[in-house]
Amino acid sequence: MRPEWKDFVGGKWENEINVRDFIQKNYTPYEGDESFLAGPTQNTTDLWNMVLDLQKQEREAGGVLDMDTKVISTITSHGPGYLDKSKETIVGFQTDKPFKRSMQPYGGIRMAEKACSDNGYTVDPEISEFFSVHRKTHNAGCFDAYNPEMRACRSAHVITGLPDAYGRGRIIGDYRRVALYGIDRLIEDKQAQKESTGRVMTDDVIRLREELSEQITALKMMKEMAASYGCDISKPATNVQEAIQATYFGYLCAVKEQNGAAMSLGRTSTFIDCYAERDLKNGTFTEEQIQEFVDHFIMKLRCVKFARTPEYNQIFAGDPVWVTESLGGVGVDGRPMVTKTSFRYLNTLNNLGAAPEPNLTVLWSTRLPEAWKKFCAKMSIKTSSIQYENDDLMRVTHGDDYGIACCVSSMVIGKQMQFFGARANLAKCLLYSMNGGVDEVTKKQVGPKYQPIAGDGPLDYDDVMSKFTDMMEWLADVYVNTLNVIHYMHDKYCYERAQMALHDRDVLRYFATGIAGLSVVADSLSAIKYAKVTPIRDEDGIIVDFKTEGEFPKYGNDDDRVDTIAHDLVETFMKMIRRHHTYRDSFPTMSVLTITSNVTYGKATGNTPDGRKKGQPFAPGANPMHGRDTKGAVASLSSVSKLPFEFAQDGISNTFTIIPGALGKEDQVFAGDIEVDLGK
Amino acid sequence: MSGRIHSLESFGTVDGPGVRFVVFVQGCPMRCAYCHNPDTWSMVGGTEMEASEIIEQYERNKGFYKGGGITVTGGEPLMQVDFLIELFTLAKEKGIHTCIDTSGIAFKPDNKAFVEKLDKLMPLTDLVMLDIKHIDPEKHKELTSQPNDGILAFAAYLDEKGIDMWIRHVVVPGITDDDKYLFELGYFIGQFSNLKALDVLPYHTMGTVKYEKLGMEYKLKDVPAMDKKKVIEKKQVILDGIKKRRAEKEEKDPS
Repeated sequence: MRPEWKDFVGGKWENEINVRDFIQKNYTPYEGDESFLAGPTQNTTDLWNMVLDLQKQEREAGGVLDMDTKVISTITSHGPGYLDKSKETIVGFQTDKPFKRSMQPYGGIRMAEKACSDNGYTVDPEISEFFSVHRKTHNAGCFDAYNPEMRACRSAHVITGLPDAYGRGRIIGDYRRVALYGIDRLIEDKQAQKESTGRVMTDDVIRLREELSEQITALKMMKEMAASYGCDISKPATNVQEAIQATYFGYLCAVKEQNGAAMSLGRTSTFIDCYAERDLKNGTFTEEQIQEFVDHFIMKLRCVKFARTPEYNQIFAGDPVWVTESLGGVGVDGRPMVTKTSFRYLNTLNNLGAAPEPNLTVLWSTRLPEAWKKFCAKMSIKTSSIQYENDDLMRVTHGDDYGIACCVSSMVIGKQMQFFGARANLAKCLLYSMNGGVDEVTKKQVGPKYQPIAGDGPLDYDDVMSKFTDMMEWLADVYVNTLNVIHYMHDKYCYERAQMALHDRDVLRYFATGIAGLSVVADSLSAIKYAKVTPIRDEDGIIVDFKTEGEFPKYGNDDDRVDTIAHDLVETFMKMIRRHHTYRDSFPTMSVLTITSNVTYGKATGNTPDGRKKGQPFAPGANPMHGRDTKGAVASLSSVSKLPFEFAQDGISNTFTIIPGALGKEDQVFAGDIEVDLGK
Repeated sequence: MSGRIHSLESFGTVDGPGVRFVVFVQGCPMRCAYCHNPDTWSMVGGTEMEASEIIEQYERNKGFYKGGGITVTGGEPLMQVDFLIELFTLAKEKGIHTCIDTSGIAFKPDNKAFVEKLDKLMPLTDLVMLDIKHIDPEKHKELTSQPNDGILAFAAYLDEKGIDMWIRHVVVPGITDDDKYLFELGYFIGQFSNLKALDVLPYHTMGTVKYEKLGMEYKLKDVPAMDKKKVIEKKQVILDGIKKRRAEKEEKDPS
């Protein structure tokens, strides 16, 4: 066994790249409570205050503190950057100084230019020229291949949020590999993979060989970048500090080269804990030191920045990076995967304060240790900064080494990736079906000229459903094909070499579609079915509004009459998606998860039969429409939980807000065991 | 049989232990000045619902109610005692924890027919949360329009039946915050061995909106919400009363 691996339990992982095997053989489940945790060190507090100060300066500067306009960001493009070198135990920034945003034009030069100009900066004209004349971008490629119908759908927002002008993101490298194996071993492995490709030079083989070469280049650059910080990552990490540092360097390379819509971290805490436990036993580090490393790591993740336009920030309601880190969960052997380092990660919310990034996500199972559940609940109440996902549901198909990209997209780390596909606007599609493909806002013919609704009488459910089904078939077709173009071009012009270098050779690619407006459509169809909905036409005869009379069941009240409609919509559309060819034999999935962009989708959509007015936001994700769930949270959640996960494997999200008082008595002051109060 | 139901709350977290399915019944004889559910007063109206329908709604989401159960509140649950007997019979068949949140106003020790029904209901009931509005008979009447002798007798009845009891008391500034009466309240409830918890609730003004909507006059419109910190002190006064009674009891009966 290699000296760096001393005291670890050996296994398959020694002879093949297999981080999961290493974790399973070496992690120590922790069933205790949070009492062992250490507070912040003086250095941590000092560094964090510097970050807070930079954040303040950035806000005062209008949202951006500094941008690179000359240097195209690559893994090695920038020299080392520090907050205070003498205090940082985990180092590395995207550029040569903190809060300076890098320039990443491969997704699209116009987006890069606009991100600069909207913030008062100008891209070096030579770079603009280079990417307009000499080197094509992903964005240019997409528009070369789009057909007029795709362009029309895009402009009308019936397909929307498409990653054709920015990085698609949603790919998680197995950053832990850098720590466990060191770069040299990973390069050897990639070289062997290249040797193993087929000898007949088909398109696929040529592409694979080129990609593997790109990956090897990226790995070499990683080593060089780390060396600029005085770190040698060519060999395996020897202790917990090095393991965190190497893992972070892996991630840092990804965010140096990709300005993706979500740049998630994966599932690192239990891996890191194997090192922490060894160091505690050996006396290499104390609890306080280990917490300090974790705090500094998380602090770095909170400083990841991208150059983005105000329009982009509008779609995503802010400037999110989606550094999602998945914590906990249960192993396939039944052992909870909660370790002391899972606690240490959440403890950063104490030591550094609450923050939306990294997006700490607890993989929830009924079988998690009680003390961990309590700690999560306590930290949720204190910081409102924790996301929860159902491990019991995802473990079935994904095992116990998957992570979450963005908010809900699950993938096995290092073995699966996804082609992010934004979403189709089903509410708009419903209106198209009534107007024969004419857009209710622009009045343009966007969809096919199918038979519109005839007459001015109340809408007939069967008639509407039949027309809507046809229109969904059309939408699924144009949607999938648009995504095929996008991902072909992204692979070609903006390939994620750093992240893919930390994947196996043969990965499962998810083709992740999505839908928006589920609750709007479910309630609209319910209104048509159970109440009386009369269309109102404008001077051109286009249906632009509805008169809805009478009561109808609304999604969000545990009422099967409408919940079934929502369920069937998900199943129907997914099945339509599955009928199409998907790029690189990817596996089609679907999500119902617009957490923030529901606002912009609503803006582009006319009046709907459920009573929602033109421009009003959709509900986020799979949420019931605001205020329509009247039976309390359980009934509301129950409606959502009826949606079939098998047809929405990329995730179903429900945004849940509740005032603390409604979650129970504020503390034990107002309710409590009398014997305790009486001091017995 | 059916009950007259005002509304259902599928996620109740403040009406008994755990997450609970809360049934608000329609109709209450009390007219408490600070009531935040005046829309449940009327003895007519509401929706007729079968006990089995309610249990069915509970059962389909029972995963949410581990450690919780059903709480019937209102309105005044004991005004529909026959319905409660059926509802709780069905609940107990399913092993559901049952709780009644009541003012106790319906209890009249001399009303034999009613007591007989209660005798049937109690074995089906795991917990009664008894809301004592005021310990003083006169002040109670002023505040609620009803006397409190039956309510206090109900506490004794529950003790005799051995039904777990939580006492709830709302502290309203200038109305129910007098230390003298709080101590008296504590001294009174201190005698009961079925007393398991004390819920002291600060008065809030969130109910006023409903009065406006219903076009009703709100008697306490000039009363401010109760300071939560002060409530901790007030709770201590009640606890002191309980302690005194328990100490006396121990002297008499040092078992």
